[in-house]
Amino acid sequence: MPIAPEAPSAPKPILAPARPLSPHLQVYRPQLTSVLSITHRATGVALAVGTLLLVWWLIAAATGPEAFAVVQSFMGSWLGLLLLLGWTASLFFHLSNGIRHLFWDAGLGFELKTTYRSGWAVVVATVVLTVLAWLWGLA
Amino acid sequence: MSQWSLQSDLKRVRGLGSAKAGVGHWWAQRVTALALIPLTLWFVASVIGLVGASHAAVVDWIASPIPAVLLVLLIAATFHHAQLGLQVVIEDYVHREGAKVALILFVKGAAIVLALAALFAVLRIYSWGG
Repeated sequence: MPIAPEAPSAPKPILAPARPLSPHLQVYRPQLTSVLSITHRATGVALAVGTLLLVWWLIAAATGPEAFAVVQSFMGSWLGLLLLLGWTASLFFHLSNGIRHLFWDAGLGFELKTTYRSGWAVVVATVVLTVLAWLWGLA
Repeated sequence: MSQWSLQSDLKRVRGLGSAKAGVGHWWAQRVTALALIPLTLWFVASVIGLVGASHAAVVDWIASPIPAVLLVLLIAATFHHAQLGLQVVIEDYVHREGAKVALILFVKGAAIVLALAALFAVLRIYSWGG
């Protein structure tokens, strides 16, 4: 029996095929692992911006006592102290989580249980190191 | 090498892969990360020790040989690591080619300028130490 020819279909508009899209982050429930991952990036960007403070401090020290006094008084102001607190917390987070990443790069610690344990260890280390640094600094 | 591989021997030995840049970026980011672990811990501890110090005391500290050398290493590793990381962030989130290239060039340029300014400051202070 001959196959009936199909009716010519109307020309389709040129549209992107309905392929599955990459994950929509906004429909995911935040998890420790994903929160730490994006925080690693955020703290990295913050630390990069924070290098401006380091450069300012060094150039002021190389310029003379007057320029240095300006930096010192800014760092001692509420805004300066707030920036330094954010900078130390970002540094300790990025440092701890960076060590976690280096273990992953070596192929270690990929078990789900281990990633959660190391993740909480990063959170605890960040808080403890930040508090210790400020207690020591303000002592 | 398997005789079934689609890569030529030359392609394999160059090890540059499809991105044409190999693992240089990835590897440099890890090496600088490793160096920054002791350097940043040393720096934070040192700065805490200098809280409330006079200009003369800070200059004395920077002008001594070990802090000066470690500061130079810290500055080099920090800015190299930062520009590598920012490049990846820009590549992930900025999709318009022109804006992406412009931002990456800005970040790389700023990293070089800031690193050289910081290094110049350290060396200038070191030269006073004699």
